[in-house]
Amino acid sequence: MEIRWYIGLAVALFSIGVMGVLTRRNAIIVFMCIELMLNAVNLLLVAFSKMHALSPVGLTNPSVVSNAQIFVFFIMVVAAAEVAVGLAIIVMMYRNTHVVDINFLNRLKN
Amino acid sequence: MNTILLTAFLGIVLMMIGAFSKSKTLPRFVAIGGIIVILIANMVELLSQESFFTFNVKNMLTFNSFNLAFIGVALLCTLIYFLLSGSAIEKVGSYVAEYFALLFFVLCGVAISATFNTLLMLFIGIEIISIPLYILTGSDKRNLKSNEAALKYFLMGAFSTGIMLMGIAFIYGGNDQATFYISQLGFGVGKMSPLIAIGLVFLLISMSFKVSAVPFHFWTPDVYDGAPTVFTSFMATIVKAAGFFAFLRLFDNGFGVLQPQWQKLIVLITAATLVLGNLTAVFQQSVKRMLAYSSIAQAGFMLFALFALNEKAKEGLILYAAAYSLATIGIFAILIKMKDYTIDGFNGLAKKQPVLAVTGLVFLLSLTGVPLTAGFQSKFYMLMAAAEVASYTWLIILAVLCAAISAYYYFKIIQAIFFKESSSAEGDLTENITPAFKLMLIITAVLIILLGVMPGLLTDWLYY
Repeated sequence: MEIRWYIGLAVALFSIGVMGVLTRRNAIIVFMCIELMLNAVNLLLVAFSKMHALSPVGLTNPSVVSNAQIFVFFIMVVAAAEVAVGLAIIVMMYRNTHVVDINFLNRLKN
Repeated sequence: MNTILLTAFLGIVLMMIGAFSKSKTLPRFVAIGGIIVILIANMVELLSQESFFTFNVKNMLTFNSFNLAFIGVALLCTLIYFLLSGSAIEKVGSYVAEYFALLFFVLCGVAISATFNTLLMLFIGIEIISIPLYILTGSDKRNLKSNEAALKYFLMGAFSTGIMLMGIAFIYGGNDQATFYISQLGFGVGKMSPLIAIGLVFLLISMSFKVSAVPFHFWTPDVYDGAPTVFTSFMATIVKAAGFFAFLRLFDNGFGVLQPQWQKLIVLITAATLVLGNLTAVFQQSVKRMLAYSSIAQAGFMLFALFALNEKAKEGLILYAAAYSLATIGIFAILIKMKDYTIDGFNGLAKKQPVLAVTGLVFLLSLTGVPLTAGFQSKFYMLMAAAEVASYTWLIILAVLCAAISAYYYFKIIQAIFFKESSSAEGDLTENITPAFKLMLIITAVLIILLGVMPGLLTDWLYY
């Protein structure tokens, strides 16, 4: 398949994630949308890496191509660390307020 | 290299102390001792250009004198922060060693994001800075404001990370070198692929989020206001300076023929940051919230380095990072000791605590940018760097006008300290103040004046 299909899919997933972050009010769902954004990036990086494998630079120096695939592992690890911290924060808030609604987040405004 | 390894090591040591020792004061002394050792190790590396540890980092990190000088400034500011506010960290909660450990992990991230040479390391560095900060923001677990700040900071931070990664992926796909190295990307040489252009805009947006430049600043006042005051002090100074340094290094190679387009974008952000930050700070009643807006306003000045992208801008950014961090850490240290965080809470401080009043005066004057203070020198360097680029004289005039506006809200505190009577005649305005604390305040104030008179003390380190 051509690269543009992959770009299209990744951009679509990313946009769904962004729209979810901007419109949803449940902290957990917002969080899931952020994960969706990160996974769209993972998909795109792998697709680009395969694309570069067939380009002149990839054919002369094949080791260059795996860079992006290793990057994906870094993203996964960092995302996992973020999940650990993020869920802890959401649980902490739930313990104090018994809601996970972002609309609750306006006490600081005044 | 020294700093990255030693800070990570010390973070682990402090976690172990937290697990095996019940002492509440031990972590602070280990942290202060550790930061002094790391500072010395960093200076040795700066002077000899050789690390204690040799690893083949495949050129993913570069350790030149510019980067190492910035890490030195960050470490020095952290040392002063520990000495001034270390006892306040102990009062936040019962996990003292963990707080110090997390601060050291943040410093590790600061060192990585100051030396990165590939987009991968930029991402890792920024994340190592952010993730411990989410925890520190929410460390006051029973306080709803702290919870809210942590959640907001976390969601905004993760969102901007997603945007940054998308930008990186586009830049990777768009360049025909299949590289993440920023030196090989060569923006503005030859024809630019649309993918790279989109990627650059995404990177610009996400970095603006991290350094809270308008229009991506809206999380800043809430997070800085909600977080425990000691950690706000750390976030608003060292972390913000590190964000700017990473921002500058990312776009340091310039954009060749595209420079005018880049400047158009960054000029808009700079002007908006200066105007909005200063105007909203005027209306704040709480000093903590006012300092949050003032940090946005000061970010506007630091953006001048990104606008100019020349040698003067580099010197200016390091000087600005030092001047702004020292003054803000100082004023936050005084604020932490106050019982009332509103401006009226400062009424009549000069009579009760003359040392706090005079040093506070120096910090506030430096933030305003009055001559003979470091704040003046750093603002001067920034404007000089921008003036070399010419073409945007109105921006420099706007910056000077905004500095005049900032005088209004900083002087409101000075007026409260020196010219107003305290409403409660008998009660103390502050919590107990030790002589050591006063001494540290005086040392910080002297450092600020010294940098204001002789900025060369700092900028000369760049050319070792």
